[in-house]
Amino acid sequence: MRVAEELKKSALVSIWFMFLTFPIMVIRVNTIYNTVEWRWLNMALVGGGSFFLSMLWRFMIRRKERGKKKAEIKDGVQLTLIQRLMQNRRVTLSGIVLAAIFAMIYPFVFSMYQTSIMITALIYVMCGLGLNIVIGLAGLLDLGYVAFYAVGAYSYALLNYHFGISFWMALPVGAALGFMFGVLLGFPVLRLRGDYLAIVTLGFGEIIRLVLENWNEFSHGPSGIANIPRPSFFGYDLSLQQVTIWIYFIMIGLVIFTIFVVGRLQNSRLGRAWVALREDEIACQAMGIDKTRTKLSAFALGATWAGMAGVMFAAKTTFINPASFTIWESVIILCVVVLGGMGSIVGVILGAMVLILLPEYLRAFSEYRMLLFGAVLVLMMVFRPGGIITNVRRTYRFKGKATTDGSSA
Amino acid sequence: MAAAHNFGKDVLEVRSLSMDFGGLRALDKLDLSVRQGEIVALIGPNGAGKTTFFNCITGLHAPTEGEMLIHPPNQGKTQRLNGLKPNRVTERGLARTFQNIRLFPNMTVLENVMIGRHCRMSAGIPGAIFRPRSTREEENQVVDDSYAMLEKIGIEQFVNELAMNLPYGAQRRLEIARAMATDPFILLLDEPAAGMNPQETRRLDELILRLREQEKISILLIEHDMKMVMSLSDRIYVVDYGKKIAEGSPEEIKRNPAVIKAYLGEEIDA
Amino acid sequence: MDYFLELFLGGLTRGSIYALIALGYTMVYGIIELINFAHGEIYMIGAFTALIVAGVLTLMGWNEIAILVIASIVAVIYSSAYGFTIEKIAYKPIRKAPRLSALISAIGMSMFLQNYVLLAQTSDFLPFPSLIPQFEFLEPYAHIIRPSELVIYTVTASVMVALTIMIKFTSIGKAMRATSQDKTMAALVGIDVDRVISVTFIVGSATAAIGGVLIASHIGQINFYIGFIAGIKAFVAAVLGGIGSIPGAVLGALVLGWTESFFTGYVSSDYEDVFAFVFLVFILIFRPAGILGRSEAEKV
Repeated sequence: MRVAEELKKSALVSIWFMFLTFPIMVIRVNTIYNTVEWRWLNMALVGGGSFFLSMLWRFMIRRKERGKKKAEIKDGVQLTLIQRLMQNRRVTLSGIVLAAIFAMIYPFVFSMYQTSIMITALIYVMCGLGLNIVIGLAGLLDLGYVAFYAVGAYSYALLNYHFGISFWMALPVGAALGFMFGVLLGFPVLRLRGDYLAIVTLGFGEIIRLVLENWNEFSHGPSGIANIPRPSFFGYDLSLQQVTIWIYFIMIGLVIFTIFVVGRLQNSRLGRAWVALREDEIACQAMGIDKTRTKLSAFALGATWAGMAGVMFAAKTTFINPASFTIWESVIILCVVVLGGMGSIVGVILGAMVLILLPEYLRAFSEYRMLLFGAVLVLMMVFRPGGIITNVRRTYRFKGKATTDGSSA
Repeated sequence: MAAAHNFGKDVLEVRSLSMDFGGLRALDKLDLSVRQGEIVALIGPNGAGKTTFFNCITGLHAPTEGEMLIHPPNQGKTQRLNGLKPNRVTERGLARTFQNIRLFPNMTVLENVMIGRHCRMSAGIPGAIFRPRSTREEENQVVDDSYAMLEKIGIEQFVNELAMNLPYGAQRRLEIARAMATDPFILLLDEPAAGMNPQETRRLDELILRLREQEKISILLIEHDMKMVMSLSDRIYVVDYGKKIAEGSPEEIKRNPAVIKAYLGEEIDA
Repeated sequence: MDYFLELFLGGLTRGSIYALIALGYTMVYGIIELINFAHGEIYMIGAFTALIVAGVLTLMGWNEIAILVIASIVAVIYSSAYGFTIEKIAYKPIRKAPRLSALISAIGMSMFLQNYVLLAQTSDFLPFPSLIPQFEFLEPYAHIIRPSELVIYTVTASVMVALTIMIKFTSIGKAMRATSQDKTMAALVGIDVDRVISVTFIVGSATAAIGGVLIASHIGQINFYIGFIAGIKAFVAAVLGGIGSIPGAVLGALVLGWTESFFTGYVSSDYEDVFAFVFLVFILIFRPAGILGRSEAEKV
């Protein structure tokens, strides 16, 4: 009975999707040579795929609803296996040690190409952790994040081009400029409601990119800036392979620094205020928190990391142009944060690794990368809005009678 | 019994407060004062403008006209509340709760209270990153103070639960704890007993009286539970259509013909 | 004078197209308070569907008017179907979740659809057949106005009128207005809120598809990316007019169309898109309620 019902539902969905995708998936018209290509195989694929996916979809929706009910019955904080493991000190410690060893030997075990990909992934980790402050903690949807990344990259490229400033000087300058731009852009827009904020930041991101593209005298226009020097190593000349490894270790250092700072911010007076602001703006203000300043600090601190990552990006690729800083770059970083888990540091790292490394290693995938990123955003929001690793609120130690152990009753 | 108390001078003074929403006059030249240590109730039918009054005092709405003054009991310098942002009002010593509970649902109970302490702390971005001794001590102090506050309000057993998982009555109490954590001299309670059963309401009565004694604060409350209002308040203001229609002790209010008319059909004597 | 008139009519053309897209934004926002980022993609899919249908029919040797009509109808049907399906997949399951979730889902959907068309079709610009016939009576004015522009004005105006009638007088229109005021109350008085939301998406998508077909035949080429910029601009228009308000969307679209047209005509065409974004930022900061919108305070 049930099975027949399910099959019927899925068959209907499958027919609907075959209809829906028919013109775009099946027919391809060449208006120049006036030929039409009929790709019936695609239709079969859509039909079969949607048949199974619709079953999976309904199964997942049902599971999610059941999960909700369960949580209501069994009150108290429910932890998943990963969360419980993360709370176990010994597991965490050995995890960190393993990760550290892996990070140390990685560039010597794997090829230069793979090290280079890893550097890219680490840049995304940095951006993701920065954006995590803005979205994950403070709940501000910033779609123009890439603008600050561009600010960092261009500040290194231009300062080097005109004044010969070195990478090591540019790194703090990029961070400072990121912060400044964050304050500058944040100040007018942070009074806006959440969805307007998203679209205005998107607008700002595009403005910066379009200005870079059109203002030739300043930014060298669409052709970009080439021959940006890689980071120096105490005055020694390094081969390309050596410098890649050097950049890799700089990146590891920066990521550790980022984790340290973001972790501390998260568990501070300011970090709590960010989360409270995300939860309820009005109550937050009524509790004495300055809304504008708190938002601005999140926005600007997030931008600082984008600025630094931008400098790193310019130093790694040695060539930048406006095409690297489109809105879709912002969306990829958003994707990293959403997939990993908003507000969770480990989650963001994992998210960046999965999203950046997977398509690189599964070459067949890379064409579908952006398609899959889009799907990931939708699916995560529908099924697991907390991300792979849902953030757990910290429990504090306090003086008082009978310290309860995390959960009560 | 109200007359037996000897209250200090005014701590909150509102003069001729009006608030217009478009063409609608929600508050019409309302005068109100609260004295040190006093429990004052603001009552009136639904839509009479009581919550709007709270929103004006706490800076969420900008009133059309009128003046709002505070005379803090300890340092005594009179300050105007007009034009202050909500967080500034709270810093000056007014704290409120909300009619429809507005906790931070995904934060723990302790963290909710810690947010209340926010405006009494000083650590900034460098403090958060470098975590010098002063910041660490401040953090520990806040954790301890917040836990102590939970004990005072009687919900310490939930300390590490997420606020959204609390039973309803405890959520109401947590709102009070969070507001008290801001160190107010006046606590504004917006329907604190709404949705509570008689037993919970009685325990809330005790809590409010205890807070006044122990914390030396004044309380202004909006409430529909007449039994609670009559037993708790020293003075009652009755508003209807944004206007004050009566003011006086519970005994006087019970006998006031204008009040009886406004509440026609509603149970007024408890 | 002729140059001014040309810019004026050009602005009217842009404005009309923006209006057709902005309607969908504003209607959806009015009902579920969501910026449907994927709306621009619906418009793009409408244009692509029309291109494909027109291509096939041209090869079969049909006459131009018939092709235009059929391609438009098929485009409208398909866009509506996409709008309906998108709502069911990306928005309905998270209607009760925080606004941030729905917004992220919408961005994901937009990205998915863009790349879907890119992969299934092509990343190149495709020439769109000029299906709109030459009108003889327009020939003396050929240097100022093109036939396609006249068609755009007429069609846009008729769509506006039809939509206004639908919202004001039909029962589904009434249900839509009720739902946008208060979803819970609407459900209590027996309105099928799910159905109203679906209809809103379908109607909004249909008007976007009309816009897609019109602009494609006016400009003469399309690619998978046209929806994004057009979508953002239409959103600017909707906000400018006061989001949630239908006359507002039209007014905002026309104002945006004209200012853009005069800006590019008299000042600089390099910064055309920058202009729209700067415009957006200024409106949102200084008059977030828009021209016809009402500002509302959040309930406490």
